[in-house]
Amino acid sequence: MTTVSQPGIKDTTQELARWARLLRYDTLRMISNAASGHPGGCMSMAEILTCLYFHEMKVDPQQPDWLDRDRFILSKGHCAPILYAALARKGYFPVDELRNLRKIGSFLHGHPDISTPGVDMTSGCLGQGLSAAVGMAMAGRIDRRDYRAFVVIGDGEMNEGQLWESAASASHFRLDRIIVVLDFNALQFDGTVHEVSNPGDVRGRWKSLGWNVLEIDGHDIPQILDALRQADECRGRPTIVVAHTIKGKGVPFMEGDYLWHSLMDNDLLTSFVKEMHDELQRDPDGFDADRLW
Amino acid sequence: MTTAAPKRELPTRHAYGETLVELGREDDRIVVLEADISKSTQTYRFAEAFPDRFFNVGVAEQNMMCMAAGAAICGRIPFVSTYAVFGSMRACEQMRTSVAYPKLNVNIAVSHAGLTAYDDGVTHQAVEDLGIVRSIPNMTVLQPCDAPSTRKAVRAAVEIDGPVYLRLTRIAMPILYDDNVDFQIGKAIRLRTGGDVTIVAVGDMVFQAREAAERLAAQGIEVDLLDMHTIKPLDVDALLDSATKTGAVVTAEDHNVLGGLGSAVAEALGEHCPTPLLRVGLQDTFAQSGSYGDLLRHYGMDASHLVEAAQRVMRRKQ
Repeated sequence: MTTVSQPGIKDTTQELARWARLLRYDTLRMISNAASGHPGGCMSMAEILTCLYFHEMKVDPQQPDWLDRDRFILSKGHCAPILYAALARKGYFPVDELRNLRKIGSFLHGHPDISTPGVDMTSGCLGQGLSAAVGMAMAGRIDRRDYRAFVVIGDGEMNEGQLWESAASASHFRLDRIIVVLDFNALQFDGTVHEVSNPGDVRGRWKSLGWNVLEIDGHDIPQILDALRQADECRGRPTIVVAHTIKGKGVPFMEGDYLWHSLMDNDLLTSFVKEMHDELQRDPDGFDADRLW
Repeated sequence: MTTAAPKRELPTRHAYGETLVELGREDDRIVVLEADISKSTQTYRFAEAFPDRFFNVGVAEQNMMCMAAGAAICGRIPFVSTYAVFGSMRACEQMRTSVAYPKLNVNIAVSHAGLTAYDDGVTHQAVEDLGIVRSIPNMTVLQPCDAPSTRKAVRAAVEIDGPVYLRLTRIAMPILYDDNVDFQIGKAIRLRTGGDVTIVAVGDMVFQAREAAERLAAQGIEVDLLDMHTIKPLDVDALLDSATKTGAVVTAEDHNVLGGLGSAVAEALGEHCPTPLLRVGLQDTFAQSGSYGDLLRHYGMDASHLVEAAQRVMRRKQ
């Protein structure tokens, strides 16, 4: 499932890191173009999404409706830009379309919808994605198909009651084809998760509901790949990968600042995007330069 | 129009539960989701027949609604069963965003419509649901009045490529139609032809309207009576034909007069054919616990009140 190796890139980890960096660039450029969006949470999940789309998930952009494909639900739907970047880079639609984020007539809506090529589930109203995954996994079980349903949730979503309804159902129905990754950057729109609403013992909450709980550094690619492998091997219960991340990761002025949950200063972002563009253009092996826009 | 003499009575939720089993036999794409009230919604019948395609999620309607969305995206045809209060309100945003926006074939079958929940009281009497659901794009909204038309409605819902909200009664309804009733979504059924006043009724209120029409006939007033089982898309043609002919319209719904059938009819008449109109239903109030008959009388929704409304609206004819 690994993409064809690029010249000059030594191994999978290094290659995935390059993709993650490119997705960060795409995402920031899209948000800067649109002058609207949610960069912080996109940056924190860049490695997670890269590992899913460029390594773990069984998908085929040439057959977006392939029945046996793994499903992906971005439950934290406000991070649509980085999903669109991944889909474009996988080949679901031209990278050039990324210029049209949030513009009328484009299928790159503010939040994901199934009308976008490659998007498996409408999302953006928090707390609903895991429920949809439960429905997908139960359909897969009836149909005797072995696809998995991957869900990325945000930590702010743990405020939503429905998330816990769906967590109970996934476990109750023993849906081991569900793999959730919690992008635990510990910041939400109005502050830290502790300031806004007590998240409690996150591991314990999921464990008590019968989930297989793994805990990793969500920016460490080997750890992500290893957790996804363990999740795939787990039988009889769903898995959640609690991925500790940094909101705004990769953008110095954004890192750890909850105010960058949504776009705070587009001049600052735009100049950063220009710098990043120049830096990527200078890359020695042509990986990025050929893909820039 | 085919009608049969009333033989027996059946809550429309029972007709729903029976039809689900037939459908389950005919089409293995059908799955049923339930929120811990299967004996009430009658989905227990499907659960017994097809345990592998039945999912009781517990008292978790929001989760259930989005599960249905996920199953529909993967090629299943889900029926979501709960009470109208929870289907339309507890899980409203889930229905709107995860089901209606992506236009999925999810069928939301809800029992305990309006005052048919009678002595359960306000908590379980959905009197706002038609207005809420009707305002959501892509939704089809149905309330058949009796068991045979409900059976047809359940089947029609499967055929509609998009979400359907199907409103059912807790209490038994007389059998009005025979099994060959020509039930078509978006096509009102004319139960009586008359030139003096139009009564447009939906669901359980069809029976009050029939009785009112008989009483009015005894006074020499001929009612054009429409069973408007589809609230959305409204059969505007049938409505305008009738209103043009009679020049006076009464609506009858077991629902708040804000947002439901009365509003839909007022919108259509106002735009196309302004006609004197009276809306019979709950007059923007919550009801209370009580017997169904007592509640209809108390809130001005029984046949006598419909007779009065018809007489009043006729006096406003030009």
